[in-house]
Amino acid sequence: MKKINYKSFPDKDGHFAKYGGQYVSETLMYPLSELYKAYMKIAKSASFQKELKGELKNYVGRPTPIYHASRISKELGNCNIYLKREDLNHTGAHKINNAMGQAMLAKAMGKTRIIAETGAGQHGVATATACARYNLKCVVYMGSEDIQRQKINVYRMKLLGAEVVAVNSGSKTLKDALNEALRDWVTNVDDTHYIIGSVAGPHPYPMIVRDFQSVIGHESKQQMKKINKKAHILVACVGGGSNAIGLFHPYLNDNVEIIGVEAGGYGLSTGKHAAPLNKGKPGILHGNRTYIMEDKNGQIESTHSISAGLDYPGVGPEHSWLKDNKRVKYVTVTDKEALEAFYYLTEKEGIIPALETAHALAYTFKIAKSKSKKNILVNLSGRGDKDIDTIASLQGMKV
Amino acid sequence: MNRINQLFLQQKKSKRTAFITYLVCGDPDLKSTLKIMNLMVESGVDLIELGVPFTDPIADGPTIQKGVERALKKNVSLLDVLKVVEAFRKSNQKTPLVLMGYMNPIERMGFNKFSIQAKSKGVDGVLLVDSPPEESEEINSALIKNDLCQIFLASPTTEDKRLKKIIKYSTGYLYYVSIKGITGSSIIDFKPIKKSVDHIRKLSKGSIPVTVGFGIKNGITAKNIGKFSDGIIIGSSIVELIEQHIDNKMIMYKKIKSFLMSISKSIGEK
Repeated sequence: MKKINYKSFPDKDGHFAKYGGQYVSETLMYPLSELYKAYMKIAKSASFQKELKGELKNYVGRPTPIYHASRISKELGNCNIYLKREDLNHTGAHKINNAMGQAMLAKAMGKTRIIAETGAGQHGVATATACARYNLKCVVYMGSEDIQRQKINVYRMKLLGAEVVAVNSGSKTLKDALNEALRDWVTNVDDTHYIIGSVAGPHPYPMIVRDFQSVIGHESKQQMKKINKKAHILVACVGGGSNAIGLFHPYLNDNVEIIGVEAGGYGLSTGKHAAPLNKGKPGILHGNRTYIMEDKNGQIESTHSISAGLDYPGVGPEHSWLKDNKRVKYVTVTDKEALEAFYYLTEKEGIIPALETAHALAYTFKIAKSKSKKNILVNLSGRGDKDIDTIASLQGMKV
Repeated sequence: MNRINQLFLQQKKSKRTAFITYLVCGDPDLKSTLKIMNLMVESGVDLIELGVPFTDPIADGPTIQKGVERALKKNVSLLDVLKVVEAFRKSNQKTPLVLMGYMNPIERMGFNKFSIQAKSKGVDGVLLVDSPPEESEEINSALIKNDLCQIFLASPTTEDKRLKKIIKYSTGYLYYVSIKGITGSSIIDFKPIKKSVDHIRKLSKGSIPVTVGFGIKNGITAKNIGKFSDGIIIGSSIVELIEQHIDNKMIMYKKIKSFLMSISKSIGEK
């Protein structure tokens, strides 16, 4: 079999073999092509990269450390668990890597207004932050259900000067916020740039977001080398899949086992989950072909996960392609398993992970015993402060 | 010959502008849809675009989206839409029908299976708003094989290079989106629209009828656009009337009919 160069994708039309592409209305074709051109010219330039690097260092706080979680490694068996601490970024998650890059790109393109969609509010907060930093007007679309669930992040965005628009259509969650943001963009494209928060959407978004997030994997490689360790296994959670692809992409051509963890919700057999790569079929949603959760008539199904950031019926097209190629193994863990991992890491290592991240941890803990002497590198994509309300109410408490 | 080609040939001969309307299939229910379709024909509508409900209608504005949600509440599927077409054809063999919607429900059914079924039930063309020619090769060949037209959109921001591609792939007619934005917005100025329509005609050497949609809400706009285009398309205004009179169908039908008659009258002859 011919060896695939995983870094040479997508092709010029934005396809990862049959996945990806530009399934959008005609009105969006021109702005997408303008964005592609601007990205290739501006963002790939040495001066932009240099400026971005400086911003990531001085404003975001990169490089984030890699921490050897020795206590749990020992307790779980004979492996070594390393955590890439994206939770230590400014605003508390990996989302800021992409928001900064795209806000800088928008500024260079002469745009004055930024729109974004958000589910849990992490991407919204990151975008509002970058907009405050670069003096850009910011509008964040958020499902009205999510606004109820994530009040603190809504307030944070408002403090940062963003306008938060409640979306009442459809299931009133992330996917509907994305629909609404696309509509805004079509209407206001002259002065507006749309910062998509995940590796989803039409080309060139999956590529742009991946590239900005790849700083995670690039740093990890250098850092592991510095401590004379080799990562044998990479693990990350997958909703849309931006933190996962950010860690995975620089490693794709290397000899390393890679695992993506989807949200199993109440369990795959219940149908109440958010695991399109495990239980979905290829279809078209939000401008690209990818694995999606749909009913027999091709209508998009609503999903369930304890973590709002994984509660999405689609997934980045590159993940679909990596799944079909068997380059990455995609597994699931349930809400319950994620919660156990949440408590475990908090109690044993003093790190409160985001519920999204807890999915990656849960799977890591599950396989730790059987991976004797292996180095497992987990993307600790975000901190769990935002989830405190959810956790407390599960324990019957109000904070 | 496909009913769409027949229609535009006839319109050309009689120097008339085609009157095209849109409604969401199953909004508020399948029976009303069939009734409204017949009412459209009685009111002078020449071609009907029947919306296939989809959970995530990214190109549509709030009005049509609400219509889609009303239909989805009744679980209207692509198969139901085809049943409505079949029922409509029992009494009408003349009016061309175009299914308008999003790619996923059709992909789920399978391009070939869909094309064969659609043709046999009496569909004449398909417009997939989220599938530009670049992503349409596979479905296009299935549609063409079954003598179904594929209608594509062109917009104010479409560059010539792509416009040529759109013209090449278009069969039946070309749908010019008059404004940047989503369905339900309003037209402010006719001049740039006329310029674009003329430009498309020149590029296509008149090989494909050019129709205009998005933003046409009244007789005056319809008349003005009709002067330089081969057809005008009205959608959101009809869906709005359905929403307004959802509790009283008799009034709903009456209002839709009088609205359509007024448009029909003002388009008139060129």
